[in-house]
Amino acid sequence: MGVGVSIGASPVGEPVVAARPADEQGAREARAAAIGRAIESVAVPAAAISIALVLFGLFMLLTGRNPLAVYHEMFRGSFGTWFSFQNTLQRAAPLMLTALATALPLRLGLVVLGGEGAMAAVAVHFHAPTSIKVAMFVAGGLVGGAWVAGAGALRAYRGVNETICTLLLNYIAIALLNHLVEGPLRDPASLNKPSTLPIGDDNMLGNLPGLDVHWGLVWGLGACLVFWVLMQRTTFGFAARMAGGNVRAAMLNGLPVRRMIVLCTFLGGLAAGLAGAIEVAAIHGTANASLVTGYGYTGVLVAFIARANPAAVIPVSLLLGGIGSSGGLLQRVFDLPDATVNVLQGILFLAILFSDTLRGRSWLPRRSVA
Amino acid sequence: MSAAGGVALGVLGGAIRISTPFLFVSLGECLTEKSGRVNLGLEGTLVMGAMGAYGISYLTGSPWLGVLAAGVLGLALGALHAFLCARPRVNDVAVGIALMLFGVGLAFFLGKPLIGPTAPHLPAVSAGWWSSSAQLRSALQINALFVLGLLTTAAVRFLLRRTRWGLVIRTVGESADASRAMGYDVARVRLFATMAGGFLAGVGGSFLSLYYPGSWNEGLSSGQGLMAVALVIFARWDPVRCLLASLLFGGASALGPALQSVGVTSGYYLFNAAPYALTLAIIIATSSRDRALHGQPAELRVAR
Repeated sequence: MGVGVSIGASPVGEPVVAARPADEQGAREARAAAIGRAIESVAVPAAAISIALVLFGLFMLLTGRNPLAVYHEMFRGSFGTWFSFQNTLQRAAPLMLTALATALPLRLGLVVLGGEGAMAAVAVHFHAPTSIKVAMFVAGGLVGGAWVAGAGALRAYRGVNETICTLLLNYIAIALLNHLVEGPLRDPASLNKPSTLPIGDDNMLGNLPGLDVHWGLVWGLGACLVFWVLMQRTTFGFAARMAGGNVRAAMLNGLPVRRMIVLCTFLGGLAAGLAGAIEVAAIHGTANASLVTGYGYTGVLVAFIARANPAAVIPVSLLLGGIGSSGGLLQRVFDLPDATVNVLQGILFLAILFSDTLRGRSWLPRRSVA
Repeated sequence: MSAAGGVALGVLGGAIRISTPFLFVSLGECLTEKSGRVNLGLEGTLVMGAMGAYGISYLTGSPWLGVLAAGVLGLALGALHAFLCARPRVNDVAVGIALMLFGVGLAFFLGKPLIGPTAPHLPAVSAGWWSSSAQLRSALQINALFVLGLLTTAAVRFLLRRTRWGLVIRTVGESADASRAMGYDVARVRLFATMAGGFLAGVGGSFLSLYYPGSWNEGLSSGQGLMAVALVIFARWDPVRCLLASLLFGGASALGPALQSVGVTSGYYLFNAAPYALTLAIIIATSSRDRALHGQPAELRVAR
């Protein structure tokens, strides 16, 4: 589980080493190793992304398109114009939140894919006219959190495989969403596309001042920063990363690993639940089947590229949000199927996982024995 | 015929009809996991197989060539999985998820022109000729791949229990270190086991597009590949129990449509969730925090 490796990079040990002159040599080596790791943490993903782009370019060449032209349009459709950049930001917002649903448990060494389901499960509480904005977000977060924490608890107290469990919960959540939207919660006025009652204009999430981007972006950025502080700068985060590195050592040290698993999955689900509530409140206005658009699965990819670091989730979300928002332009200009974006994401995911094997090779300063 | 009888017949027919992809994917995953590796990407293999089979069957006019093509595509995806997982520090669960997204995306991309045209289907054997009830006869339409699946079940069981290769696979799955000490190439054994598993999963995919539902579209698979992986845990890594579990899951999947056909329409979506809920209930019931599952390859325990 490559994720726990980053524990070695934690800043805790270094000042102690630097305080003793006899260890100056050691301190220098430690600093060099830290710099090496910092370079590595940027260079390796960058190399993987480049390799993925080359492979996807070859794929485009095989299908008879000019890869450079494709990449030019992709840039134009994601970051090249103010309009498309705002679209990218809009798409990045839910990605940041669903990525956290995978990133937080990943720190504990758990591969959780609950983002999609947590987003869908949120629809459960849309009893439209009575809900007010704050209650809607609180309830959305709690439902999403409880949904994924259920899987975390099963893992912690019963040893159920969390990956398969959350995948199954996704299907169940989507079925539940369809059932509620078609049945008990259906707005009788929605004929062609079954939906709940609209939440009303007063409860909609507005745009940021001067931008065509909704407030969900601020929620996403805020959540990433809060969880970054939690995971990198608090004892809880340190304990979680320790458990991710070596569960047995963490348990022998008396850390409440099981409770931490439940808490981390709850917080992750909370973020994904918020993403669902924001999608309803800012884009759709009602809950319906179009909530299920694959943000949850793209979020998994974001979490892995960001190596479960909540701060790194922000730029990676922008990158993948950009790829997503250029999809429409690719369809129009090159007559490519809408699955083109999925192919690129799949290649990217495989390249990133493969790049894990490039870490810690001997061309970088060796980490001193801890 | 009474409504209950109609539902029972629908479930029986579904058990035979819908179980086939479950059976092939779970047998493939069983073989792979016995060698000590988990391939979560078989959902992607299934969808790729469905697309490839449909395309080849449409182009050549031979559904069996389509089945073969689906198997070969699965073989290739399995080889990719094994290649990536054999690198140091690469997480096999994550590679599986990536291959799932990649396989599904690539199948949708390449399969776009195949939405619409009709390809020749696989044949079926009628086992209900003795009955005068049309419903019973249609429930007992046994497709050729199901028969092939029964044979494959016996073959995988024989391979794992009675052959030298099976012994090597199980040894690698029980202890990679011990197998290395005995001179076996662990990575190569897992490569072959994952490729064979991919082949079977691809063949399972061909059933979806060439028999039931019997056309290619993007909503073809509803997670059968994933459920089949969970089903292997339930079946305790035993090919014969994989067959029984597949029949059970096929029946559960047919419950929603069977109830709808006799007029029970409320809660249609909830009944569609039945196989997922059943899978979840089963893995919760059979898991335990302290004791390892009976029959589980020891290498998988280390990986968890």
